[in-house]
Amino acid sequence: MSENNAAPAKAKGKKRLELDPRLAAYQGIWVFVEMERGRVHPVSWELLGEGRKLADILGVELAAVVLGGSEEAVEAASAEAFTYGADLAHVVADPVLTEYRNEPYTKAMTDLVNRHQPEILLLGATTLGRDLAGSVATTLQTGLTADCTELAIDPDNRGLLATRPTFGGSLLCTIQTLNYRPQMATVRPRVMAMPEADPVRVGRIVREAFDLSEESIIAKVLEFIPDEAQEQAQLAYADIIVAGGRGLGKAENFQLIWDLAAVLGAEVGGSRPVTHAGWISADRQVGQSGKTVRPKLYIAAGISGAIQHRVGMEASDVIIAINNDPNAPIFEFATYGLVGDALRILPALTEAFRSRLAVNRLAS
Amino acid sequence: MHIVVCIKQVPDSAQIRVHPVTNTIMRQGVPAIINPFDLFALEEALRLKDRMGGRVTVLTMGPPQAEDALRKAVSFGVDDTILLTDRAFAGADTLATSYALAQTIRKIGEEHPVDLVFTGKQTIDGDTAQVGPGIAKRLGLQLLTYVSGIDAVDLQNREITVRRRAEGGVQVIRTRLPALITMLEGTNQIRYASMDDMFRAARFEVRKWNKDMAGIEDVGKIGLKGSPTVVSKVFAPKPKAVKAQIIGSGLDSQGMAAALVDTLFAQHPRLGKELQHASH
Ligand SMILES: Cc1cc2nc3c(=O)[nH]c(=O)nc-3n(C[C@H](O)[C@H](O)[C@H](O)COP(=O)(O)OP(=O)(O)OC[C@H]3O[C@@H](n4cnc5c(N)ncnc54)[C@H](O)[C@@H]3O)c2cc1C
Ligand SMILES: Nc1ncnc2c1ncn2[C@@H]1O[C@H](COP(=O)(O)O)[C@@H](O)[C@H]1O
Repeated sequence: MSENNAAPAKAKGKKRLELDPRLAAYQGIWVFVEMERGRVHPVSWELLGEGRKLADILGVELAAVVLGGSEEAVEAASAEAFTYGADLAHVVADPVLTEYRNEPYTKAMTDLVNRHQPEILLLGATTLGRDLAGSVATTLQTGLTADCTELAIDPDNRGLLATRPTFGGSLLCTIQTLNYRPQMATVRPRVMAMPEADPVRVGRIVREAFDLSEESIIAKVLEFIPDEAQEQAQLAYADIIVAGGRGLGKAENFQLIWDLAAVLGAEVGGSRPVTHAGWISADRQVGQSGKTVRPKLYIAAGISGAIQHRVGMEASDVIIAINNDPNAPIFEFATYGLVGDALRILPALTEAFRSRLAVNRLAS
Repeated sequence: MHIVVCIKQVPDSAQIRVHPVTNTIMRQGVPAIINPFDLFALEEALRLKDRMGGRVTVLTMGPPQAEDALRKAVSFGVDDTILLTDRAFAGADTLATSYALAQTIRKIGEEHPVDLVFTGKQTIDGDTAQVGPGIAKRLGLQLLTYVSGIDAVDLQNREITVRRRAEGGVQVIRTRLPALITMLEGTNQIRYASMDDMFRAARFEVRKWNKDMAGIEDVGKIGLKGSPTVVSKVFAPKPKAVKAQIIGSGLDSQGMAAALVDTLFAQHPRLGKELQHASH
């Protein structure tokens, strides 16, 4: 039960159902632009890139939804949204939206959806996006598919085909929202490629009325404690990542990963067993229940390449795997493989990179 | 104080295998466990009870076997358990699931008013993190997701103050009871069952409710019928066509490392430039 995201339903025949005319009125694709403390989460641009493709297939407009505490903030974010493909932006600027809170954001979003009736609504699968998406979908009584890895349009019925991993990533399933609108989906950061910004592209800003007083909002934010910069691993958006797995044997050996990362100016990541064992912090876990990454270079040492790890890093441009088992699954999809003891190869690699980078530096 | 904790029984997905030929899930012999994320919710609820008194009711919707998950919860010291089980719930997606659970919590509240509802952050089989927010919205509860700690519960003024994980930091937030909390993982550790509680669990009378007992009249809102989303296709990820190019086999570690660095800079000149840049 409650496993629709897992078990195929016997609803195949329903697929070609004519959409209720009330629902057929829902048109256009919306992307929620997630802004916190004046900073837009890059997943919003990734979603606009994807939304643009879907909008072109459907021949409809792509709109950004920008909610924020001030005119300046929402205008700046809208201008940027246009460069990433939005045709227009529905904006709400209201002090009650300065800091994310479920209540006012859910109200703002559901009001907008009811007013304009988009057929598809996409949000980032961040902590904020998931909090909002679940609330909005329930309030609107519509379907929501979480953590999609692929979005497409069904040529038969113009419906959204949302594909996501299931059963711990061993399988993928495609989910459709039939007789309900909007069709909602969340996508994790870094799953979709970052689109190229077109700096001269512009769009229309649609200012939306919103009436909610601070007094009527029950939840109050007493304090915001920002993560310390050095504590907060910037893994998802790192260009180079060196990651270690259980094959390193013990916590102390993880130093070899940090050493190589230091020489390469890389971020450090790991598989689930090493974050669970506390060798590195939990926010450095790569994979299905950790972060999705897509660096230019991913070096994996002592990581077997289980599917749950793989789904989080296989979009990396170049993958180097170090493993003493020539049959380790990671060699099925890595770019380059080094078969041998990571405890020996890592220090050798650190030295080899150090001297190569030094030589190149002298030469340039 | 009355706390309801929602737990789900899930297959231990670490042990799930996919049939290599038919691409179907091989469930046989896969043990069922309490969704690991829900244990953080359960422990936090029990700690609140230790601190402030009151009662903890654990609720699950699932097949008859899910009774085992509730019995396990009893061994940790909960007061009451409800197994919501009915064929009519089969095929429910998150919207239909949150409806059924919300209705049941409403019913539970008729016996003892509910102050707090806890859920896990997400399940390991559904993996959506939607059921918690769904229940909160349906019952009009204040929603607090990704909570890492509870600072204060003030029953007199009906207020709760928690820390929750936000993007880029921690929000300290105060709101009104009743509220629904989805608990962040790693925030506590489930207690050991005491001998007494283990004996109690073995004999415990788990209450089983069908849809009527839970006060669910509209069958259009539950099970497959009440689910906007349907799974239209299940398939295996495409295997990658090219396997890794093995570098420097037969060489020692230094030789391998040198060969790899050579290959990398020769085959990926742009990456080479990036590395040069990053290492400065
Ligand atoms: C619901 C669910 C979610 C999950 N989410 C994640 C996730 O987000 N991220 C994640 O990583 N995992 C996740 N997992 C766990 C995943 O299934 C694997 O168990 C995990 O990725 C294995 O980690 P590992 O490769 O470090 O360890 P192992 O599988 O133990 O592999 C260690 C590897 O090191 C090699 N090795 C041993 N000694 C040496 C040596 N001296 N030199 C070189 N190589 C050596 C071995 O050959 C082996 O291949 C999840 C599992 C489940 C069920
Ligand atoms: N069938 C169920 N019975 C009881 N609680 C559930 C059920 N499904 C989900 N939950 C709760 O909702 C949380 C989120 O689930 P999900 O939306 O599936 O990721 C879980 O951690 C549980 O606490």
